[in-house]
Amino acid sequence: MAKYTLLIYGDFEQWEAMTPERRKEHDRAHEEFRAAAGSRVVGGEELEPAVSATTLRAPDVTTDGPYLETKEALGGFYLIEAGDLDEVLALAALLPEVRDGHSGVEIRPVVDHG
Amino acid sequence: MTEVGAALAEAHRRDWAQVLASTAQVTRDLDLAEECTQDAYAQALRTWPRTGIPQRPGAWLTQVARNRALDVLRREASLRRRLPLLVVDPPQGDDRLQLIFTCCHPALSREAQVALTARLVCGLSTAEVARAFLVPEPTMAARITRAKKKIATARIPYRVPADDQLAERLGAVLDVIHLLFTTGHTAPAGPSLIRADLVTGAIDLARTLHLLMPRTAAVSALLALLLITDARSASRVGPDGRMLLLADQDRSLWDHRRIAEGTALLTDALRREPPTRYAVEAAIAAVHAESPSWAATDWTEIAGLYDVLAGLCPGSPVVALNRAVAVGFRDGPAAGLRALTPLLSDPALATYPYLSAARADFLRRLGRTAEAAEAYEEALALTGNAAERTFLLARLAETRRP
Repeated sequence: MAKYTLLIYGDFEQWEAMTPERRKEHDRAHEEFRAAAGSRVVGGEELEPAVSATTLRAPDVTTDGPYLETKEALGGFYLIEAGDLDEVLALAALLPEVRDGHSGVEIRPVVDHG
Repeated sequence: MTEVGAALAEAHRRDWAQVLASTAQVTRDLDLAEECTQDAYAQALRTWPRTGIPQRPGAWLTQVARNRALDVLRREASLRRRLPLLVVDPPQGDDRLQLIFTCCHPALSREAQVALTARLVCGLSTAEVARAFLVPEPTMAARITRAKKKIATARIPYRVPADDQLAERLGAVLDVIHLLFTTGHTAPAGPSLIRADLVTGAIDLARTLHLLMPRTAAVSALLALLLITDARSASRVGPDGRMLLLADQDRSLWDHRRIAEGTALLTDALRREPPTRYAVEAAIAAVHAESPSWAATDWTEIAGLYDVLAGLCPGSPVVALNRAVAVGFRDGPAAGLRALTPLLSDPALATYPYLSAARADFLRRLGRTAEAAEAYEEALALTGNAAERTFLLARLAETRRP
């Protein structure tokens, strides 16, 4: 088994513009994802919009905003455990952000410090 | 070539993928499997002149490569323990399929898929793959290393996809084989029109795939396309090295056994399933291949097939271009030129030499020589293949002659 993060990127404006019905559909899809993944979900959170981010970087500068100023920002993540990439791809395909035009899911293997 | 040299070349061509694929089962590491496979061939070169050529060279090479792998694993056990290992399914049937599907996994870029397939499945050297795709050897070596590293760290499984994914995943495999073939069939640059190592590698791979998946129509269709196209390659270049158009080729040089083999495969594929893109392309190639002469070419049939192809590849400017050329032969150069016109503003074709060349040809046939010369010059500026350049220069000279 190995760990992967699913990084959910998208346009916050579009996420915030979702109708309550769309929002409910999204939440339901995430519940279905968690049900399908079961104990393979090790963690995960939805993040506040990127405007609420604070970034520290050298030389000792604190800035208002995310590390990368892009239209699409990190909106949430899951940490999951799976046997191989095909298993992760099948699970990630259940996430609603994969089907919306403005968002996507990046799969990153986690370094195993075993 | 010596007897051993010939046997080794044959074993390289026939058995490389098998040796590497089954060594990877032991090493669970493509890098090490590649290294051990290479070592096994080097050992054959040293040993076979003394001991004679083994009865089953492939089995001999596999044995040597696997033993070598076990040695390395024993010696470097502690060193390798920390490396991410290939996720290996127990082999189902032929493990070459596992290797092929791993190299063409959708999580790898097309560039990486092609490079890995040429190196690991076809057994071309990194230098050969680099030359074929016009990149410096260190760049290609880095590309292959990066791809192998991704397979290991992202745990791309060494597996034949399940039935519900097979059709989609097979599509990428067929595209990679087709790309290897077309790159070899008309080399994008360099002195010769054809790179035989790529063409042979692609055909062998398509044959292997057909052997392993004999009932899959899409595979039969691709093999048919490659065979029928390649069967005509002996006539594509004249004795002086000049490229010859289909119209000027000596059809007695065509390999009619290959054409018959390809046509039979195509017929079988079309009986099983609705035509794929490669099946229609094979059908077009077959119409040309079976025509006794250029004058007898059935352009109505060919233009009709291009209509079907355009339906299967909507928005493909290259298909639209070929369709326009066929229309030009069916209905005359004026009609062809009309069919080409909308393509002239397509940005995807802005640097495509065949568009300028096709336009030049229609203009020449219409007697609009000044415009034709201009279009030939445009085509010349866009192509880097020496044989094609010679051809275009000759046409340009003819057009300029009063």
